[in-house]
Amino acid sequence: MTAKHRSWLGMALIGTALALAPIVVGASLGNAWVRVLDFAALYIMLALGLNIVVGFAGLLDLGYIAFYAVGAYLYALLASPHFGIHWPVWAVLPLGALVAGIFGVLLGAPTLRLRGDYLAIVTLGFGEIIRIFLNNLNTPVNITNGPKGIARIDAISLFGQPLSKSVDFLGITFSGVMLYYYLFVVLALGIVFVGIRLQDSRIGRAWVAIREDEVAAKACGINTRNVKLLAFAMGATFGGVSGGLFAGFQEFVSPESFGLMESIMVLCMVVLGGMGHIPGVILGGLMLTVLPEAFRHGAGPMQQAVFGKVLLDPEALRMLLFGLALIAVMLYRPAGLWPEPRHRRELAK
Amino acid sequence: MTVLLEARGVTKHFGGVQALKEVSLTIRQGEIYGLIGPNGAGKTTFFNVLTGLYPRDGGEISFGGETLRLASPHEVAKAGIARTFQNIRLFANMTARENVMVGRHVRTRAGVVGAVFRDRRTRDEEAALRRRADELLRYVGIEHRADDVARHLAYGDQRRLEIARALATDPKLLALDEPAAGMNATETASLKSLIEGLRADGLTVLLIEHDVRLVMGLCDRVAVLDYGEKIAEDVPISVQRNPKVIEAYLGGSA
Repeated sequence: MTAKHRSWLGMALIGTALALAPIVVGASLGNAWVRVLDFAALYIMLALGLNIVVGFAGLLDLGYIAFYAVGAYLYALLASPHFGIHWPVWAVLPLGALVAGIFGVLLGAPTLRLRGDYLAIVTLGFGEIIRIFLNNLNTPVNITNGPKGIARIDAISLFGQPLSKSVDFLGITFSGVMLYYYLFVVLALGIVFVGIRLQDSRIGRAWVAIREDEVAAKACGINTRNVKLLAFAMGATFGGVSGGLFAGFQEFVSPESFGLMESIMVLCMVVLGGMGHIPGVILGGLMLTVLPEAFRHGAGPMQQAVFGKVLLDPEALRMLLFGLALIAVMLYRPAGLWPEPRHRRELAK
Repeated sequence: MTVLLEARGVTKHFGGVQALKEVSLTIRQGEIYGLIGPNGAGKTTFFNVLTGLYPRDGGEISFGGETLRLASPHEVAKAGIARTFQNIRLFANMTARENVMVGRHVRTRAGVVGAVFRDRRTRDEEAALRRRADELLRYVGIEHRADDVARHLAYGDQRRLEIARALATDPKLLALDEPAAGMNATETASLKSLIEGLRADGLTVLLIEHDVRLVMGLCDRVAVLDYGEKIAEDVPISVQRNPKVIEAYLGGSA
C-alpha cells in the first residue's frame, strides 16, 4: 500500500467516523451530546482561526472572541425580527466573514509595532470594547438590544430546510442538532483545508518567519505590515464565520457570550493542543469542549457511586481540574499535547 | 568600473549620540568592499541605515543609479540589497530549505487565493522556489542539511545558511555583517573561498569584519570608520599604513 493509498484510506475512515458520530452519539448518549459535538465543531473553527494569528504569525491575541461576536451579531441583525430583516444564510455568512475580516484589519493596524504582552493587552482591550459596545448600543438608537441580546434569530436553513427541524432520511430521524452537526463539520473541514494550504505556502512561511524573527523577515523582503494584517484578517474571517453559525444555531445572541473568558478558552485550545499545528489545535478544541461537559455530567453520579453522596460541586470540581490540567500540560508538554513533528523531534534529541 | 552604491553624507544619531557623521562611500560593481573600524565605530549602524532598518537623519544613498529614498527594509531588499546579521538571525524553527524559501519571498508572488486553490501558476512558482532554494543550499555547501531545523545546524553552517537566504533575494549587493565572527581558522578559510566565489559570480559584496587578515586578504577596497566618521578609504595595503587608522586602532598618543 503506497503512502497515497494510505492517506486516502485514512481520509475515508475519518470521513465515515465523522458521518456516523452524531448517529451513534445521539442513539447512545442522547441529543444533548450531539449538541456538545456541534459546539466542539464551532470551537474548532474558532481555534483554527486563532491558530493563524497566534500559532503561525506569533501574534498573541486575547480579544479574538470579538470577531466571533461580530459574525454572530451581524447574523442576528440581518436575520431576525429585530430589524425585520431576514436574509438567507448564504448571504449573511460571507458578509459576516468579510466584516469580521475588516475588523481584523482594524484591530491589526494600530498594533503592528506591538509584540508579546503589549499586543496581548491591546487586543484584550479591543475584545472588551466590542463587548461593551454590544452591551450599550441600545440607546439612543436600539441597534444591538443591549444586554438583553437579540432573540428569535432565524434558524439556519439550507435548500428550504430549516436545520432546526428534524428530517427523516433512510429510516433514520436526523434531529436538528444532527443537521447542524453536518453543516458545522463540513465548514470546519473547509477551514482545516484552507489552514493546511496556507501553512504550506509563501504566505504561511512569511507568517512563521515573522513569528521567528521579525527583523530578519523584513530583511528578507517581507512586507511585515501587510503580512501581519493578512494574518489578523484571515483569523478574524474564520471567527466571523463561526460567529454567524453560532447565532443561527442558538437563535439567540447576547453580549455575555463574548467575554474575555471565551477568548481565553479559545487560546487555551490552541496552546494546549499545539500552537501552529493544525491537528493539535483540533484536538485541543475537541478536548476542551467535550471533557468539561463529560465532567459536568459524570462527576456527580460518580461521586454518588463511590462515596454515596456528592461531596464536591461538579461545577467547582470541573474548573479545579481544568486548571490543574492546564498547569500539568504546560509543565510537562510545553509545546502542547500534539505539537508539530519538528518540535517533537527536537524534544527527542 | 561602474558605481553600484554611493552614499553621500549619511548621518544618523541616537539622541545626543552621533552614530554616523556624514559618511560618504562608493562601492563599485563587482568588488568586495570592506568596512572596518573599532567597536562602536558605527559599522553596523551603517548597515542598518543602508538596509532601511533605521531611518537615516541625513544624506543620500543611490543604488544602481537610482536614489534610495527613506525606504523600508522590504523595499531595500526588493531594490537588490541583501544582508546577514552580526548575531545570526535565522528562522530557528524552520528548516534550512524553508529559510531560503522565505528569502525568496520578495521575488515570488503567490497570495492567499493561490495558496488555497493551488492553481497552476502557484504550483509552478512553488516548484521553482524549491529548486532555487536547493540550488542555493548546494552553492553554500549545506545541501545535506536542507531538511534540518535551522537551530540544529552547526555554527558555521548557520552562517552559510544566512548567506544562502540573503542570496535568495537575488541581490546585486550582498552586505555581510561580521560573517567570520566566532569561526575557527578552517571555517574562516572556507568562508573566504565562498565569498571569493560570490565575487567571481559577479556579485558585489560589502563586508564588515573584525578579522583583519580576512579583510586584507579578501577586499578590493576598504573603508575605515571611527566614531561614526570615515577616516580612510583605499586599497587594503594603503589603509593598513594610514597613520589615522593605526591611531584609531591602537589609541592615539595624544
